[in-house]
Amino acid sequence: MIEIRDIHKTFGAHTILRGVDLDVEKGQVVVILGPSGSGKTTLLRCLNALEVPEQGIIRFDGAAPLTVDFSRKPDKKTILALRRKSGMVFQQYNLFPHKTAAENIMEGLLVVQGKTPQQAKETAMRLLDKVGLADKAELYPHQLSGGQQQRVGIVRALALEPDLMLFDEPTSALDPELVQDILNTMKALASEGWTMIVVTHEIKFAMEAADKVVVMDGGVIVEQGSPEQLFRDPQHERTRSFLQQIRSV
Amino acid sequence: MLNDLLASLPFMSEARADLVISAFWPMVKAGFLVSVPLAIASFICGMVIAVLVALLRVTPVNGWWHRIALQLAKIYISVIRGTPMLVQISIVFYGLPAIGIFIDPIPAAIIGFSLNIGAYASETIRAAILSVPKGQWEAGYSVGMTYLQTFRRIIAPQAFRVSVPPLSNTFISLFKDTSLASVVTVTELFRVAQQVANSAYDFLPVYILAGLVYWCFCWVLFFLQARIETRLDRYVAR
Repeated sequence: MIEIRDIHKTFGAHTILRGVDLDVEKGQVVVILGPSGSGKTTLLRCLNALEVPEQGIIRFDGAAPLTVDFSRKPDKKTILALRRKSGMVFQQYNLFPHKTAAENIMEGLLVVQGKTPQQAKETAMRLLDKVGLADKAELYPHQLSGGQQQRVGIVRALALEPDLMLFDEPTSALDPELVQDILNTMKALASEGWTMIVVTHEIKFAMEAADKVVVMDGGVIVEQGSPEQLFRDPQHERTRSFLQQIRSV
Repeated sequence: MLNDLLASLPFMSEARADLVISAFWPMVKAGFLVSVPLAIASFICGMVIAVLVALLRVTPVNGWWHRIALQLAKIYISVIRGTPMLVQISIVFYGLPAIGIFIDPIPAAIIGFSLNIGAYASETIRAAILSVPKGQWEAGYSVGMTYLQTFRRIIAPQAFRVSVPPLSNTFISLFKDTSLASVVTVTELFRVAQQVANSAYDFLPVYILAGLVYWCFCWVLFFLQARIETRLDRYVAR
């Protein structure tokens, strides 16, 4: 289980997160919704310390438990340990352009986990095969379509077998006809039991794949619950107006 | 036959043709044995300086020693960019003995050239590092790499590709600027030309020949630059 407590984050004069609490059970898929500027991406980036919050606690249970208390500035080792708990999928894919699809996946296995080149290559090929890209292993990112790049991005994060998978608007940069492709890949992961936190605008994905839906606004969580409950009977006025807005699109 | 051909050119004569032919091989030899090694050694030392200074400047400021080093680096770059290279190598060779530091001509030239291109190239390398999108750092961190691992494996290769054209220019300029080593008595390509021209008291044909020899060497460098760029561009969309 992952416990997130009282996360605060400011950028200069702008307060983005004003005390966020969230529990994520092992194997759960949590979808974070909310208007732009509500802090959902910042929250995600705090979870693997791409942004370092000023205050708050992140706690991972399990075989190698880890508690990071941000009220004291964490040292480099703690940040690294936190980053290695999770894998991240970026909106703009952020593949390494100078490495082939297979090499992108192998990178963390080789450098961070100290796997041999053969082991890393095997893992990369198995995962590429899983997302239907076995024949693209030797291509560079610029030779792949957006959807193919994002699938590589997903398995690059997956290869390290993190406790938590973070998805930062993974379909927002994609052409509409490629979105479903990525959502299907993510649904498959959800059914395999990966623990996932997904920031997205895809309501349909939230309804079909989420165990828990979280609505953020103004740097706090305004409402959370199961998708049935939250979409059918939202309790909070801000949730209702937000859902209305995105449904009318 | 070559002699006749050269003598038939405008402003040329039998004697000038002989002079040019006799000067050719010593110049080429000095080019290969002195100018090229001088340029390569200075370039390597200069790049070491440049990378260190560039890293100092792109790394988030970290402690008081970093601040001090940063100020020293800025002064160094300002001094080198604001003074002529001829003055710099003259100070190293002719000036330092006054305070008891005696350096042989070739090491003096290497020190002068390295310090000079170290300052210029550090700016090039800094810009190249900054040209790599922030998302690449984040992707490196997100797979669990440290700052140094991300720099070495993700950022540096991409920055290197960006910096090849400007650094090739730096190297080509440096190769030609090795002619300045003649003022600190290094017998490189141009000093050989000067010696021949002085003894014959005939400057035009010998100096034109020196220019041609430099040009031929640079052709090789242009070719190498194109080869490296083609190779590094394999992962870039066209």
